[in-house]
Amino acid sequence: MGKVIVVTSGKGGVGKTTSTAALGAALAQNGEKVVVVDFDVGLRNLDLVMGAERRVVYDFVNVIQGEAKLPQALIRDKRVETLYLLPASQTRDKDNLTPEGVEKVMASLKKAFDWVICDSPAGIERGATLAMRHADIAIVVTNPEVSSVRDSDRIIGLLDSKTLKAEKGERMEKHLLLTRYDPARAERGDMLKVDDVLEILSIPLLGIIPESMDVLRASNIGSPVTLASGDSSPARAYFDAVRRLKGEDLPLVVPGEKRGFFGKFFGRKAA
Amino acid sequence: MTDMLTKPRPIRLKGRSFLALALSPELPFEDWLARLDDLAARSAGFFLRRPVVLDVEGLDIDKAELRGLVDQLKTRNVRIMGIEGARPSLLGSDLPPAMSDGRPASDFTAPDFETPAPEETVKPGVVASNAPLEPLPSTSKPSIIITEPVRSGQSLFFPDGDVTVVGSVASGAEIVAGGSIHIYGTLRGRAMAGTTGNPGARIFCSRLEAELIAIDGFYKTAEDMEPDLRGKTVQIWLEGETIRTGALA
Repeated sequence: MGKVIVVTSGKGGVGKTTSTAALGAALAQNGEKVVVVDFDVGLRNLDLVMGAERRVVYDFVNVIQGEAKLPQALIRDKRVETLYLLPASQTRDKDNLTPEGVEKVMASLKKAFDWVICDSPAGIERGATLAMRHADIAIVVTNPEVSSVRDSDRIIGLLDSKTLKAEKGERMEKHLLLTRYDPARAERGDMLKVDDVLEILSIPLLGIIPESMDVLRASNIGSPVTLASGDSSPARAYFDAVRRLKGEDLPLVVPGEKRGFFGKFFGRKAA
Repeated sequence: MTDMLTKPRPIRLKGRSFLALALSPELPFEDWLARLDDLAARSAGFFLRRPVVLDVEGLDIDKAELRGLVDQLKTRNVRIMGIEGARPSLLGSDLPPAMSDGRPASDFTAPDFETPAPEETVKPGVVASNAPLEPLPSTSKPSIIITEPVRSGQSLFFPDGDVTVVGSVASGAEIVAGGSIHIYGTLRGRAMAGTTGNPGARIFCSRLEAELIAIDGFYKTAEDMEPDLRGKTVQIWLEGETIRTGALA
């Protein structure tokens, strides 16, 4: 049985879709069988970031409404052959995602893949709650600024109450992915400190992704950053995040800080 | 079709007690409404979606004035679910129903017109909206201990006694307690202690970053708090009608 991950944040524009693509590709590059699922019906973007927008025939909503079989809607990546995409529909709205339909699709995907990564839409409404509902693990994407942190806090509350795991009385595994971290702005004190974000959200840190032109460039050419420029600093941060996700105990370096500080940070992981 | 009539399914009617805020207006209403607006301005959305009962005991008003007041409150998004202490002649079908036998929530007991199911009386008044904040078993004096952070958007309502949070209370979260509130963490959201009429209640927190604090209905927003106590370990108490804040060593 594969593991279901939801990539969520509450706030829009923090890097959910970019992170979904990068983490999915990084896992697949390690030989795991991965499907990335776009839950953002009506405002889909994952197909663009994955470079598959011209290959979409059937989508998630077609599968739910029985207009297509699941294998017909899955798009296999041209670069990594264990990576698949289940695109969202751009023409329908989120009401077309029914709880029963989503449950059926998730059950089939779990059987066929090692990892099912769900790209949640922004907000706390239907699309977002359905995306998190079947998850085993949540990755909360947060930027180091107050509104993003507060929205993430709200989402963590929902992860602990509105998911199947929570309803069964189990604990959802939650990780924080701090994205768009700008060392120059951190230096000037224009951003929340990593410590402060961790103190407020009190969930373990999976990785810190530096703000980088490489990410933007990768999105524009339709390629996850871990595929487009594998040795760039954001790509390396995503590769490390994936290793931590699989249980490896890696030291964490805050971008722009001198090495030697990370021991202090890692001690915080159990928070 | 006749089948349906011969086997009628009973309609379930149950007696149940709920906790509401009782609002006691004073004459003249213009001044009182101005003060209410002032409170609402400092604590946006406080009455939103909360059940509110209007207590008009001892007010010398007529039906038109009462209706006017209810309408005035409606324009402020305060929806009145019932009116307490009104003479029958004051009320009509166009006004919320009369309510009687209200008592302070700290003396809250089950209604005597019907015995509710036991599980409904175990934890009267604990409402943790969209959060599985499980209170630990309480000792003789009612109190609850929350061992995880209270997240933004979560609201913990415990009119029976003290609330202890081992963790932080996030910005946009709120704790409403009948007794004192103890927070072993940072208080960034709202804390309202002594809400059932207990001026002796206090608020303690390891680090004060609150948006709003209140004891027995007296409020202070972040703007009104002493700036030098921000980020400090403090206790907050009521002296007469003034909220006092003091650093703890």
